[in-house]
Amino acid sequence: MPETKEEELTNVICTFCGSVCDDVLFDVEKYKGKKFCKLGSAKFSKKERIKAPMIDGKEVSYEEAIEKAVEILLNAKRPLLYGWASTVNEAIRLGVILTEKVGGVYDQCASVCHAPGTLALIEEGVPGGSLGEVKNRADVVIFWGSNPMEAHPRHPVRYSVRAKGLLIKDRKDRKVVVVDVRKTKSANMADLFIQIKPGYDYPIISALRALVKGEEDAVPDEVGGVSKQQLKELAELMKNAKYGALLYGLGVTQSRGRDRNVENAIKLIQLLNRHTRWIIWPMRGHYNVVGAGDVPAWEVGYTYAIDFSRGYPRFSPGEFAANEVLQRGDCDAALIIASDPVAHFPKASVAHLKKIPVIQIDPFPNMTTLISKVVIPSAMAGLEAEGTAYRMDGIPFRVKKIIDTEYWSDEKILELMLEKVNEKLGLR
Amino acid sequence: MIEVEIISGRTLDQGATVEEKLTDEYFKAVNYCELSEDDFNALGLAEGDKVKIKTEFGEVVVFAVKNKDLQKGMAFIPMGPYANMIIDPSTDGTGMPQFKGIKGVVEKTDEKVLTVKELVEVI
Ligand code: SF4
Repeated sequence: MPETKEEELTNVICTFCGSVCDDVLFDVEKYKGKKFCKLGSAKFSKKERIKAPMIDGKEVSYEEAIEKAVEILLNAKRPLLYGWASTVNEAIRLGVILTEKVGGVYDQCASVCHAPGTLALIEEGVPGGSLGEVKNRADVVIFWGSNPMEAHPRHPVRYSVRAKGLLIKDRKDRKVVVVDVRKTKSANMADLFIQIKPGYDYPIISALRALVKGEEDAVPDEVGGVSKQQLKELAELMKNAKYGALLYGLGVTQSRGRDRNVENAIKLIQLLNRHTRWIIWPMRGHYNVVGAGDVPAWEVGYTYAIDFSRGYPRFSPGEFAANEVLQRGDCDAALIIASDPVAHFPKASVAHLKKIPVIQIDPFPNMTTLISKVVIPSAMAGLEAEGTAYRMDGIPFRVKKIIDTEYWSDEKILELMLEKVNEKLGLR
Repeated sequence: MIEVEIISGRTLDQGATVEEKLTDEYFKAVNYCELSEDDFNALGLAEGDKVKIKTEFGEVVVFAVKNKDLQKGMAFIPMGPYANMIIDPSTDGTGMPQFKGIKGVVEKTDEKVLTVKELVEVI
C-alpha cells in the first residue's frame, strides 16, 4: 500500500508520555501513527483490549458493572481510588468528587514517581519555566537522573537538546550534561556525562552549592564518585549559563534522599539565580500525571495522598499514599483507573490489593485486570475520547477524539458512578 | 554469589509494551537483569542464563544480560513486576517506595523465570 500523504492524515496529540507531542499524525484507515516515537506509536496501534465490562470474569453491561462497583465502594469503610495519570482532567475531577462522596483515599501515580518533588516544592517553591522557554533559551541543559531517550524520546528533539529556537539556533549553542549512576542511552547524546555513585545525589548537590557560593575549601577531593575538579567545572558551567535548565527524573526521587534530594537541588537553583537564570523541572512520566495532581489541588487543595474518611480532605503522604495505605492494610476496597499498581507497586503492597475487592477502569488489560473483581473497559483518550491534559510543564492541551467506539469514556463511566452514588446516598 | 546495588527503571521496550502487559513482548521487556561485564563473567554466565536475585525484601529469578556500560557492582532491572519482587517497599513517610539503590546478592540458577501471571499468583 502506498504511504498516505501527510496532509491527508489527522493531526492528533500523543497521550503516552508527559511530552504530550502535539505534532503527531494518525492514519485512521490504516490505524497507524506517524511522527510518533516508539512509545507513542505503540500506544497508537491496534492491540488487545478488554472486550467488555466484567464481574468476576463474566461479561455484563456497563450499567451492571457500574452498579456493582458502586455497591463495593459504598460498602467499604475506606476505599482507595488510585491511578488517574493516564486520563483527562474532566475524568479526574469526577474522580475527586467521587472519592469525597464515598469517604475514600485519593492517590495518583505521582505517588510512586515525582511526588517527593511535590514535598520539596511545598518547602521551597519552584523556580520553573515552560518547555517553550527551554527550547528557545536554554544554553545549558542538565538531565539529572533522567533518561529522556528512553522515557520521553522526542523531548530532546522538540525541546531540550537538538531543538532550535529564538536564541538557540544550533545544537552547538547548547551544552547538554547528563548526570546518572548508569551510562544510559541519554548519556550518549550529552556533551558531558557525569557518572555518580547510587544514592549520592544529595552530597553532590551540596558540593555544587558550596562551589557556586565560592566555598571551595568545604568540598573534599571526591564526592559520590565525582572528582572535585569535575564538580568545579560543572559549577562554572552552571554559573556561566545564560539560561540553564535542570531537568530531573526518577533517579533523584526514587533513590535514597528522595524529596530531600529535590529540595537540595531547588536550593542550588535558587542560588544560581543570584548569578543568572536557571530553572528546575521534573520530567513527568504519564501524559496527564500533572492533571492527576493539579485537578485535586484546585478541587480540594492537595495533589495526592488525600483522605476523605472524616468528610473533609486531609493530606499526609506518610499515611495516605497508596503504598502506605496498602502496606498497613488500611483500605478495604480499591478503584484503580488508568494505572497498573499490580505491575508497578512493590510486592508488599500488591499482597493487600489481592485480598480486597478491586474495580478496574482501563482501555487495556494489564496485571491489575488479573486480580480485579469488576473490570470496566474504557475508550482511549486522544483517539476515542477527548478531554484536557496538562503537559509536563503544566501547559493544557485538548486531546482529541477521532475514532468512534462502543467503549465508554472514563468521564462517562465516572459520571454514571457518581450519579448512582448520589442516588444511593439520597443526595439527589 | 556477588553483591550488587539494584536499580530499576524505564527502558524503551518496557515503555512500548506497557499497555500490553499480558503479551510475550512485555514479558521479554521486563524479565531480565543487566550486570557489568566483570560480574557477569565472575558468575560464569552465558547469554540466556538465569540468575536469582535476593534482597532483604524478596527474591526473583530473571534472565542475565551483560551490559558493558554498567559499573561493576550494579544491577539494572527494568521497572515492573520482576523488579518489584525485590525492591524496598518502605516509603520513609514520603509515600514513595525505594525503587532504586537496594542492596542484594546475585547467583546463577537453573530455576524457572515465572511468567507475569505466575508472578501475580505467588505474591
Ligand atoms: S515523546 Fe512522548 S508524547 Fe511524544 S510521541 Fe513519544 S511518547 Fe508520545
